[in-house]
Amino acid sequence: MFESPTLQTLTDYNIWIALPAIALAFGTMFLLVIDVFLPANRKHWTPILALVGIGISFLINLFTYNPEQTSTFGGMFVADAFTGFLNIVVLITAFISVLLSTDYLRRTETNHGEYYILLLLSATGAMFMVGANDLIVIFIGLELLSIPLYILSAFRVTYTDDRDATFVLKSEESGMKYFILGAFSSAFLVYGSALLFGATGTTNLREIFAAVGPILESSAENSGALLLLIGAALSLVGLGFKIAAVPFHMWTPDVYEGAPTPITAYMSVAAKVGGFAALFRLMIVGLSGLTLDAGVDPAAWQGTIQVIAAVTLILGNFVALSQTNIKRMLAYSSIAHAGYILMAVAAVGSAGLVPDIANTAAQAGLVYLLAYAFTNLGAFAVVLALENNDGTGTELSDFNGLYNSRPMLALAMALFMFSLTGIPLTAGFMGKWLVFSAAVQAGLIPLTIIGVLTSVISAFYYVRVIVNMFLLTEDEGSPAVGETAPVRYAVYASMAGVLIVGIAVPLVTNLVNMVSLV
Amino acid sequence: MVPLSWYLIVSAALFSIGVFGVLSRRNGVAVLMGIELMLNAVNINLVAFWRYNTTIASVTEPVPSELSGMVFAAFMFVVAAAEVAVGLAIIITVYRNWRSVIPEETDTLRG
Amino acid sequence: MTLQAFAPIGVLIIIALIIGVIILMISRVFGPHNPSFRKNAPYESGMKPIGPGTRRMPVKFYLVAVLFIIFDVEVIFFMPWAVAMRDLGVYGLIVMGVFTLILVVGFIYEWKKGALEWE
Repeated sequence: MFESPTLQTLTDYNIWIALPAIALAFGTMFLLVIDVFLPANRKHWTPILALVGIGISFLINLFTYNPEQTSTFGGMFVADAFTGFLNIVVLITAFISVLLSTDYLRRTETNHGEYYILLLLSATGAMFMVGANDLIVIFIGLELLSIPLYILSAFRVTYTDDRDATFVLKSEESGMKYFILGAFSSAFLVYGSALLFGATGTTNLREIFAAVGPILESSAENSGALLLLIGAALSLVGLGFKIAAVPFHMWTPDVYEGAPTPITAYMSVAAKVGGFAALFRLMIVGLSGLTLDAGVDPAAWQGTIQVIAAVTLILGNFVALSQTNIKRMLAYSSIAHAGYILMAVAAVGSAGLVPDIANTAAQAGLVYLLAYAFTNLGAFAVVLALENNDGTGTELSDFNGLYNSRPMLALAMALFMFSLTGIPLTAGFMGKWLVFSAAVQAGLIPLTIIGVLTSVISAFYYVRVIVNMFLLTEDEGSPAVGETAPVRYAVYASMAGVLIVGIAVPLVTNLVNMVSLV
Repeated sequence: MVPLSWYLIVSAALFSIGVFGVLSRRNGVAVLMGIELMLNAVNINLVAFWRYNTTIASVTEPVPSELSGMVFAAFMFVVAAAEVAVGLAIIITVYRNWRSVIPEETDTLRG
Repeated sequence: MTLQAFAPIGVLIIIALIIGVIILMISRVFGPHNPSFRKNAPYESGMKPIGPGTRRMPVKFYLVAVLFIIFDVEVIFFMPWAVAMRDLGVYGLIVMGVFTLILVVGFIYEWKKGALEWE
């Protein structure tokens, strides 16, 4: 029976292991109050305080980084190496996004303090999602991650009768599309969660894992196994929307193009980190035992995820080829990258057949997410530097001759494009290498071949940007109005990240090797 | 007692109506209502499963203190309310600039 | 048959329908009834309506409605606490204190932003 908690349970509950997320949440609320009381001429303190809050949370995360799995809130939230590592990714993403935002907001006249608060709230949601060990926490974390993003996508809205102010209309259209499809998809996720709860009688992922085996054994007499399958499928649909996997990707290019560029950078990483964290936890911790014939077949969902991954890879990369707007191109590229990480998720499905594949694949996915975070943030930082105040300047042709006007930006962009392609000595190569080898280890040879081939195709559109920047030298090159000091720091930080992950490999692998979900 | 499957059928029907509403209605507010219907269908599911409590396979003993279905439903109310608040705000701003709440008529972004 | 549990509700619905129909029938049968064009006009002796009936409402109404939804629904979390308050003791008090603090932060924000001013 339920025991009445006493004051003692507060300390027994280990709440401190969720401290990085809790500290960020309370820091955000503190910032909200401070921001309201700041006089108008001191508003520039808000982003600085936001950076301080992220930094504090980062430090707490480093000090509480603990590979031993500990849980709190009655087993709903767990802290292990997986949580700690992805917390780092989320916090880095939030930090760089705030750096990108400060001058962008000022020059586009949308400088409201709420922007930073919403951004931090969204990061808090991602951090709770990363440590979620319970369907309820996954859902709440997902909503806390998404709801601020709906608002932030529509942040450039002002009331205007100017029909030429397309950036206003694009931004609000992007917010509305993201909202409608996001809410639609989370309804699917909770419907799936409800069915999983109904089949197993619990929302805790570990208890779901324990319940799956007996349900499958008695599947001749009842429909529990069917409920499990439908629940898993609907959850996959819901999370598929968040990570922008084909066929649930339709919103991505429109939202990425219309949203303010720092928000595009942020959500292209944070939403994926949150979604994939939940997907890994749900599939590995909760449902890895969901096989039709234990010891012979892989997990029942592996085939579906393989197909989704293959379609995502093919469609994302091929459609990106024909894009002329860099934000749309990067949107399709982010769809394609979701496909690569889905390969790691698919590899997890062989957990019952290949020893230790679940952990290997999860580690590969994590490294890929870190590499993707640095690379994508950097690429969007360069895009933001070139973007004009009215939202123009994001066509591929605007990159023509960038090497003439801004050699440093051009070199940085070249590095990020190489990393997105997966050229050795960059972070992207590390991610792809680990994911492909995990997929081969799991025996997913056809999927791996598709992955390799589509990487080759992706080189076409990434290299086209580089060609535009370095070879089309008759153009003067963009004036890069957005290249201010914070943006430059963000670009340097991303470059450093890409190179460190790509070259100082043991640094990352040592961190990741502690990850063990099973 | 009414069998569990009845509740599940009602819930599935409501969810499907909600999906149909989202996909077929062109008015932003009506789409929002469809989404609400979907979320409330899930609530029926959760509460029904909680009430019947045992796992379908009777894996574990029924635990009266197993409240997660109820708690989940309570959280869903709140999250749905927050979503509606944000959604209505976005739709109103769109209306003020476009004089229309119909998503298809907002077409600066073409895919 | 499992539907038996719902029998009282069914009876209630039938009775309500019957009463409603009876009242309508009584007024129809016993009351005078001779409609004319003028009587069916929207205003029997007023002006002809000009323009659409629905005016645009000030956005303030939406703002108040949205703020109301949020604070109204958040209070749902007080209910379980109120039910189990004695069992939860000091622990529950602290947890709900934290929750109330979060609500108060939101309240301070909207107050300071002037969302509660009508003018």
